[in-house]
Amino acid sequence: MQFMLLFSRQGKLRLQKWYVPLSDKEKKKITRELVQTVLARKPKMCSFLEWRDLKIVYKRYASLYFCCAIEDQDNELITLEIIHRYVELLDKYFGSVCELDIIFNFEKAYFILDEFLLGGEAQETSKKNVLKAIEQADLLQESQSEDWGSLPNEELL
Amino acid sequence: MPAVSKGDGMRGLAVFISDIRNCKSKEAEIKRINKELANIRSKFKGDKALDGYSKKKYVCKLLFIFLLGHDIDFGHMEAVNLLSSNKYTEKQIGYLFISVLVNSNSDLIRLINNAIKNDLASRNPTFMNLALHCIANVGSREMAEAFASEIPGILVAGDTMDSVKQSAALCLLRLNRTSPDLVPMGEWTARVVHLLNDQHLGVVTAATSLITTLAQKSPDDFKTSISLAVARLSRIVTSASIDLQDYTYYFVAAPWLSVKLLRLLQCYPPPEDAALRSRLTECLETILNKAQEPPKSKKVQHSNAKNAVLFEAISLIIHHDSEPTLLVRACNQLGQFLQHRETNLRYLALESMCTLASSEFSHEAVKTHIETVINALKTERDVSVRQRAVDLLYAMCDRSNAKQIVAEMLSYLETADYSIREEIVLKVAILAEKYAVDYTWYVDTILNLIRIAGDYVSEEVWYRVIQIVINRDDVQGYAAKTVFEALQAPACHENLVKVGGYILGEFGNLIAGDSRSSPLVQFNLLHSKFHLCSVPTRALLLSAYIKFINLFPEVKATIQDVLRSDSQLRNADVELQQRAVEYLRLSCIASTDILATVLEEMPPFPERESSILAKLKRKKGPGNLPDINDARRNVNGNTEHSEKTEPTNKGSTQSFTDLLNLNSAPSTGASLLVDVFSDSSTLASTDVSEENFFRFVCKNNGVIFENQLLQIGLKSEYRQNLGRMYVFYGNKTSTQFLSFSSSVTSPDSLNTQLNVHAKTVDPIIEGGAQVQQILNIECVSDFTDAPVLNVQFRYGGTLQNLAVKLPVMLNKFFQPTEMTSQDFFQRWKQLGAPQQEVQKIFKSKHPMDTDVTKAKIIGFGVALLDGVDPNPENFVGAGVIHSKNSQVGCLLRLEPNTQAQMYRLTLRTSRNSVSQRLCDLLSEQF
Repeated sequence: MQFMLLFSRQGKLRLQKWYVPLSDKEKKKITRELVQTVLARKPKMCSFLEWRDLKIVYKRYASLYFCCAIEDQDNELITLEIIHRYVELLDKYFGSVCELDIIFNFEKAYFILDEFLLGGEAQETSKKNVLKAIEQADLLQESQSEDWGSLPNEELL
Repeated sequence: MPAVSKGDGMRGLAVFISDIRNCKSKEAEIKRINKELANIRSKFKGDKALDGYSKKKYVCKLLFIFLLGHDIDFGHMEAVNLLSSNKYTEKQIGYLFISVLVNSNSDLIRLINNAIKNDLASRNPTFMNLALHCIANVGSREMAEAFASEIPGILVAGDTMDSVKQSAALCLLRLNRTSPDLVPMGEWTARVVHLLNDQHLGVVTAATSLITTLAQKSPDDFKTSISLAVARLSRIVTSASIDLQDYTYYFVAAPWLSVKLLRLLQCYPPPEDAALRSRLTECLETILNKAQEPPKSKKVQHSNAKNAVLFEAISLIIHHDSEPTLLVRACNQLGQFLQHRETNLRYLALESMCTLASSEFSHEAVKTHIETVINALKTERDVSVRQRAVDLLYAMCDRSNAKQIVAEMLSYLETADYSIREEIVLKVAILAEKYAVDYTWYVDTILNLIRIAGDYVSEEVWYRVIQIVINRDDVQGYAAKTVFEALQAPACHENLVKVGGYILGEFGNLIAGDSRSSPLVQFNLLHSKFHLCSVPTRALLLSAYIKFINLFPEVKATIQDVLRSDSQLRNADVELQQRAVEYLRLSCIASTDILATVLEEMPPFPERESSILAKLKRKKGPGNLPDINDARRNVNGNTEHSEKTEPTNKGSTQSFTDLLNLNSAPSTGASLLVDVFSDSSTLASTDVSEENFFRFVCKNNGVIFENQLLQIGLKSEYRQNLGRMYVFYGNKTSTQFLSFSSSVTSPDSLNTQLNVHAKTVDPIIEGGAQVQQILNIECVSDFTDAPVLNVQFRYGGTLQNLAVKLPVMLNKFFQPTEMTSQDFFQRWKQLGAPQQEVQKIFKSKHPMDTDVTKAKIIGFGVALLDGVDPNPENFVGAGVIHSKNSQVGCLLRLEPNTQAQMYRLTLRTSRNSVSQRLCDLLSEQF
């Protein structure tokens, strides 16, 4: 996998992970182009498209689009399930995850992703093992209540 | 609503994020951010030392601001400080900041590397993982230099925790992708392969990815992974779905690992060991069988995971291309998917079938689905699926179904999406030419193309139809009649006017006998379009008119009147004006004989590969995403070409000198219609230097070119179907070379067979200095031609231009094969068909020295087999040519006759073109 982007229906980027070296300018250009392309697609269309010399695999969960760029010889369907497993991990960790969780706890979203994927390849596909790693780290920390007010909070799963 | 934020909430961060979200406008957001940046800056600069928590909070805020798309130019130092914190969360945020915002500030890199080093040595698995994640995320050269030699040790050490092993494996994978030269191979590689046997499936998954990456580069070192991968795969596919516990995903056993194992096996040919091979075949059959079983769950995740494995298995079957039953079963399975209700599956089935269509075993099976694919073209609602259907029709086309497929594509073209029209036009043009039995069909098809999608018909397409008409006299009369009729339409596309003007100018006489298409009628018809056309088309029509004067003396006066009119002679466009003046003068002063000589019919064009094909490849070729996978990039996909193929050349006269002379030097004798009066303004083509070419057949390094100014040296290495060539340009003078550039081009036919990507070089070479350029080479299929290195630079104000044939030859992609005498002769007999053998008897050019000959044969790339030939004087060798599409086994025998100073060389391979080329290359060497 070359990169993964999470963005909202409004085109706001929520998470970006790059597994190839690119300049900030290129990253911004790619993001702009892809957000536009993917948002323009209709709901029933297929989840794959050719883009430059890469394959784009994307899926929408509630208000969020998950979008991965893979190489020619990579497997599209297994990439779709990479996305799904990541959403499951977020869901399990946050408890019915919604876009807001990812906005306010973006650093956690990155940590979970790093436990799951590294260098663009699956590192650990067992849900239990990934969450165990994350929760061990959390054990050292106190939890704290927050009042989020009336913010968009549609559940992803 | 999430009532609880897990982990340590950073209240200040949450408030800041809320503030940003509440901003009503972009301006308000920027204002809030600037306020925050000022605040953080003052905190960082302040006298009071910040505690870890505050530092973490501010660094996290900076990160958030950066991820919103704003630039961040400070905070790196504070982030680096967090790395050495004892608190895990602080360390973690520090690493996250570094991973996202890495800065190549050398002092910082040293500090970061230091912190990483400490964490790697800490023996605390959580800290080690953070450090490894950071290396993998950043992947920079500096980090590779610092850690590439250390990580293999962590990976294979007996006491390393599983999770650390997983991180180490993928960390190494990333470093190997970014700086392969810095990852040392060695004793650890054998131990990595054994991780495939590890009990922990997470470790196996990560290790399989790493091994696949390494095996792609040096397959021989990882050959032992084949049997382990097959064994592992076999255990997974036969396991009950609950056996693998948390690695079972929606009732599918370890889908990620299965896909990765199948990918790893695609680095290799089918296993040679019969038992292993049959075990693998069993696995593949089991996977195909499972596809027929009823689903264990209705969830899409179940079918996706199951089919992901199935598609990867099919890829492996196609890659091996050796088991006809499996290939046909794969094809039938994909055939079922073609009608599946899931769009994703239809898309993938169409895509996968494209590759199946090129296998001789399954081509016919693919063809049976033609109606379904045509139906997909008509009914699919998603353009990307229709695009796949077009691709598949193109791939399955052969002589038997060409008329049907071309007709369907033409009818689809009428309603096709604008984004894919040009590509369809190119495909139709190629198929029509390739499978034309009679050329009247070809002419009709191209004219239809222009009628239906004129705007998308590029120059290459209409140039090509003219080339073909000129070269085939059996179709010229028909072409003239057809364009004449097509031009009758009240509104016709300008491209039709171009083709019509050109063809009537050459062959209008063939239909002039009919009073309905008499010379005057033809002229009036053409001239009625004149005023609606662009300047280049008008210029072409003027040339057609002067040709008419030669063909039909009876319309001379009419045409002269037209040329004489103010709108021509005083045309504001200099090219049109010049043509009018010169053609008018020529028609007035030249005798009939001279006129006939000057305006003679065009001589046939030299037969050459269709330039349309190259155009299609450029179109399908890579986009312009720099630095991603440049090894896979085709040299001819670059942008200079796309400029040249703009559909209209706005009034540029250059387009005329180029007419019908694409991509090749002007052929002698083919005096171009439009060149008649212009002084030859085509660029003088540079002769390609190939004097040293054959010296590189059996060696990889040396000087390929040298003159008074420049020396070009080469160093190359090849592995399987990949190669890398280092080209060294040495400036022999004491003056700078300016605007130095060098690129690699391939003759048309070679484009599909060999990919060469040249990295750019510095435009200045100082006097006496040497610069290096790296070429990445990929052999796609067997080939005969060689790519050409084009070098340009300015030396003392003059432009130097030179071209050197690059010694990239088929034999470079040899892997030597050792075999016993018995095996050798068995295979020798199997390759006994007359077209598989090529033999040459030739006189020796050098003294006949056994050791030199041996060295040359080894340098050629094959294994020299001792004790195989009963005659000890003879030399026998064996090897396999690796290309992306296939592998061709090859046997050779060289018999010297010292008395006669002659050699007899015999080559046997499964492919005639390969035998021929190898024989030609090697026979030059003795």
